[in-house]
Amino acid sequence: MEKITEIIKQYKANPFKLHPVLAPHTGYVYLKVNLGQIVKKQIDPWQQKGASLLYTILRQGNFRSIYATIDGEITDIKKELDGNFVEANVYLMSIKHHLTENEIIDRILSEFLNIFRAPEAAKYYFTSELAKKIEEKGLEKVIIQPGEEILVMSRMKRDVHLVYEGEPGIIHTVYFQTNVTIPQGEPLLGICPPERLSFINDLVQRIRLEWGV
Amino acid sequence: MLELEKKAQHLKQHLDYLADIKGETFGEHLVKLRDWLADIVQKIYELPKEKVDRALNDIEAQIKFCEEEAERHLEPLDYVRITRHPYRMTLKDILENVYDDYTELGGEEKCNIDPAIVVARATISKRIGNRIYTHQVMVIGHEKGHGEEFRNGGSAKPWGNEKALRFMKVAETEGIPVHTYIFTPGAYPVEDFPGAAQQIARNLYAMAQLKVPIIAVISEGGSGGAEAIGLADLRLMFSHGYYSVISPEGAAAIEGKIKEDRALPPKLVKFCAEQLKITASDNLKLGTIDRIIQEPPLGARSDGLEFFNQLKQEMIKATDEVILKVRGLSVLRAYYIKKKAQGGENSPAVYVRWELDEKEVAKLLRGRAQKYQSMGEVFLADRRGLLKKKIDEASCKWLELKSVLYFDVFKRPHRWVKRFMDDLRGELLIITNRIIQPFTNLKEMFEKKFKKPTQLTYEIPPIEDTYLGEIYVSPLANEDRTISCPNALRYGCYDIWVPDLYGELNGVCPNCGHHFPLEYQWYMNHLFDRHSIRKFNAEIASINPLEYQGFDEKLKQAVKKTKRHSALITFDARVRGISLVVVMLYSDFRNGTVGAAEGKKFVLACKRAKLLRRPLLAYVHGTAGIRIHEGTIGVVQMPKCTVAVREYIEAGGLYIVVYDNNSYAGPVASFLGCAPYQFAIRSSRIGFAGPRVIRETTGEDIPPDYHSAENALRRGHIQGIWDRRDFRKNLHMALITMGGKNLYYR
Repeated sequence: MEKITEIIKQYKANPFKLHPVLAPHTGYVYLKVNLGQIVKKQIDPWQQKGASLLYTILRQGNFRSIYATIDGEITDIKKELDGNFVEANVYLMSIKHHLTENEIIDRILSEFLNIFRAPEAAKYYFTSELAKKIEEKGLEKVIIQPGEEILVMSRMKRDVHLVYEGEPGIIHTVYFQTNVTIPQGEPLLGICPPERLSFINDLVQRIRLEWGV
Repeated sequence: MLELEKKAQHLKQHLDYLADIKGETFGEHLVKLRDWLADIVQKIYELPKEKVDRALNDIEAQIKFCEEEAERHLEPLDYVRITRHPYRMTLKDILENVYDDYTELGGEEKCNIDPAIVVARATISKRIGNRIYTHQVMVIGHEKGHGEEFRNGGSAKPWGNEKALRFMKVAETEGIPVHTYIFTPGAYPVEDFPGAAQQIARNLYAMAQLKVPIIAVISEGGSGGAEAIGLADLRLMFSHGYYSVISPEGAAAIEGKIKEDRALPPKLVKFCAEQLKITASDNLKLGTIDRIIQEPPLGARSDGLEFFNQLKQEMIKATDEVILKVRGLSVLRAYYIKKKAQGGENSPAVYVRWELDEKEVAKLLRGRAQKYQSMGEVFLADRRGLLKKKIDEASCKWLELKSVLYFDVFKRPHRWVKRFMDDLRGELLIITNRIIQPFTNLKEMFEKKFKKPTQLTYEIPPIEDTYLGEIYVSPLANEDRTISCPNALRYGCYDIWVPDLYGELNGVCPNCGHHFPLEYQWYMNHLFDRHSIRKFNAEIASINPLEYQGFDEKLKQAVKKTKRHSALITFDARVRGISLVVVMLYSDFRNGTVGAAEGKKFVLACKRAKLLRRPLLAYVHGTAGIRIHEGTIGVVQMPKCTVAVREYIEAGGLYIVVYDNNSYAGPVASFLGCAPYQFAIRSSRIGFAGPRVIRETTGEDIPPDYHSAENALRRGHIQGIWDRRDFRKNLHMALITMGGKNLYYR
């Protein structure tokens, strides 16, 4: 209980993430935002509609506009670089992003759960035995042991059964969808030992309460 | 009492209708009438019957007077409102009241592949004296429904148009005429198979030579969607309908360059409606329709029984006329109908059998082709001098004579002999092989034993010499800067130096292969053999036929910028020695839009290709559709060009279409989309309507690659995607392997 309060206090004290904006390549930078300005990321899933323009960079007659990729407030902008030549990966400004409820929950889950990541870019499914067990008993009642085959990695008709190696536990979150290719390294399952389940559930509930209000 | 209540209800409907159409003019008066009527209705059981009756009669008289006043002052935008009103008659009303009996095909109400298109096999009968003559027809049309949402307001989806085509073919098999009724604001702009544009093109292609008479009646004719079932032997139009290249709202949005979520200024919409010449009388003057069917004041509604009777007579008369034109023994009847029509009578006592025999069908198709050839002929300018015109005409005649002499008189027996010899040789080969076989076996055995293998000599094929004289360098290459590839984020393409890109790299990103747009002159220089381009008909010029305000200036600017008179260039050229006729739509002149001049040039190019037995290549550098400023004259270029190109293909030619950059709307939905071989250059976009129109019509957003060439290939609209650098080679391959037997090199 105290641990939960401590964690919540930690996140409440600093619910921000600083996202540094670096120059992608050499060129002359022309900043288009000011300190403290609120910027938005794109609303359109495909193009950059609605994204705020951060700066333009000129190299060999080619003006490129660079847009914000997250919502937030501009902090620590290097105004002295405006109109000047910079090299690649030079720090220009930071965007202070206020963490949303879901982002905090994601961070906490990645901290306290064992995340089973995708070894390769492929489509993933539960094995038929596991799927049956989950259907009968529900996700919370199924305990997986190390050495058990839990997932089928499907790459172009070559199916490989993945064996779970880690602490025994139950599947708390499923991060993948069937029939969607998951890139390499992305989280697939979040597994937690049964003793910690109630702790995690309480934590998530508290966060939703605090941040939801 | 019940009748009075019904009458009151009826009058209320009339009032509502009047208010919707001409509410601004009669504002206060209508409000007074409404209040008066509401008062009567409220007290209908308290007041004596005679008083109510008298009051209702007075109200009716006043409404009638208002309607006649309104009828005298109708403006183009009012016609648009009339055709879109829920009380307007629909195809179902016509089927119920005009035709005696009908069976709906292809679905019923909501259970339908596309509720916006209704197809029915119907019977229509005519009484002459004591006898009743019954005719079978296929009725096809758009159904708006009286406020039914699932009909999409008559906007036909591609599979709806396909249904229409299928049943037109059934009518052709059964030999019954087709009556089409057009009640559409436009086609539904989805690209899913069969594709809006491609299906309209297929419809037009099939209707061009449909072996039965087709009569089309237009109520609300929205551009390409109307043309999908509008290619007919006789085109009628309701007096209160509209037929336009684009809705007035769409035209206003383009003219005023208004952003998507802003309201359209009503004055601009009214101005566009007036300039576009959308009314029935305007279209009759322009020659895009043949006859007007007069409606009652303020348009026919679902309860106008007298009007439906009139419509029935008109349709029978129209079908009779079309058939009598091709029938041998028809002089008296044709004359009689004409005389009666002049006298104002609608229903002459004439019986015409509606089945056609083969000769009559051939005559019908010729008549249809001629009809469409002559549409919009006057709406272009010929900038040649008198002497040059005479010389050109003479050389045309000489070319025709030469072609007939060479291909028909000389080559035909030559070809027959050659074919006979080929067959004979094939037959004899069976026998000779049998006899010679033992000797060849011996020879091979001898060679194996005694002859040493000789070293193979490899002959280097001659390199095509493309560096004779000057090399064409794109003027885009003259800037000293770099440019980012649009796929830089996805494929990690580096920035490209512009002189390299537009010079050596031919406008193609060296990393991902994205094609940057190049000007049409690049293609003219790189695709065809050096010095092989000979333009013809370059002097046919676009004009401003509707006297659209402000368009003359725009035309002058376009002519000054491009130094050409129209958006279509036609020329003879050679590709690796094979002569062909090329038709090129380029985007510099008014965005590559097609009008009367472009249509005429295309038809002439088809004729030339047919005459000279050459393949026809349509290279579309960019087109934005039909020229809005030419109104319905532009729209009729769609069927006109399709009819011409079908004639060319049927005569055995090869018609290839290659799309580049942005190719949208009208031309793709007619003479380009009907080609059997359509290809696209990489990174080009092909579609029916742009993203904004799709968003406004369907309410759904589309991904940015919706119209990409890859997606068109995926949907089966095109046959292949060519790289710009391989265009010449691929074109040569296509010319050799594809096409009919009537090409000069076959």
